[in-house]
Amino acid sequence: MVARVQIPKEAKRGEIIEIRIVIQHPMETGFRRDDVGRPIKRNVITAFSCKFNGAQIFRADMSSGISANPYLQFYTVAQASGEFEFYWIDDEGNQGLEHQSIVVSG
Amino acid sequence: MRRREFLAGLAAGLALPGRAAAQAAEENPIAPLSPVDPKVLAVTKGAPVRKGRVQLTLPQLADNGNSVPMKVSVDSPMTAKDHVRAIHLFSERNPVRDMAAFYLGPDAGRAEVVSRVRLAGSQTVVALAELSDGTFWSGSTPVVVTLSACLDES
Repeated sequence: MVARVQIPKEAKRGEIIEIRIVIQHPMETGFRRDDVGRPIKRNVITAFSCKFNGAQIFRADMSSGISANPYLQFYTVAQASGEFEFYWIDDEGNQGLEHQSIVVSG
Repeated sequence: MRRREFLAGLAAGLALPGRAAAQAAEENPIAPLSPVDPKVLAVTKGAPVRKGRVQLTLPQLADNGNSVPMKVSVDSPMTAKDHVRAIHLFSERNPVRDMAAFYLGPDAGRAEVVSRVRLAGSQTVVALAELSDGTFWSGSTPVVVTLSACLDES
């Protein structure tokens, strides 16, 4: 699974930074049918989490109510330099992992 | 005279439940959802919900219910003592009514989440925020959806 993360490369200590992530995923609702009329099995990302240096800062439980290619934007206070870890899992058990580092000055 | 009294009584009887319903809707902070909605109770565990502090922003009119921009923010200082623990999103008409739950912490700095949601038709979307002091606050926004998601799209 492909994802694009956008966070600032650098920040000042204490600054509130914006984290944006788009994950490429169909978020199949399970309510649709294919060409022959068979129901298409639900496959959505059910859990998403973001950790900073191992500590969880954001978590989301999602359902078919979130659009395909889910987009999430949230905030955190820059406290130290380190690495953000993004993790998600869908109904089929496919997991995604993305890393992004930040340099915090001051 | 008798007949007139009877009619007046009838009219009063009809008006009363209407007024009671309107009053109930005003007092219900998570309208149009019911306060005893199992989906809501699963979150609040029966705790009272108050209206306010939560701003849910959705377009008034969405051409396509498959992807509607959504922003939810909660009026909170986001300190270790006083912060938002979670924000739950409920839909009135979607086949899956509990759309998403976002869990924040004091490190978030700002209690705001932006995403894109699916909406199966025009409805009112409700956001329910759980604060660190155990109180619940809600905000809602009506959306008109021209093309519904989920059900009979290609």
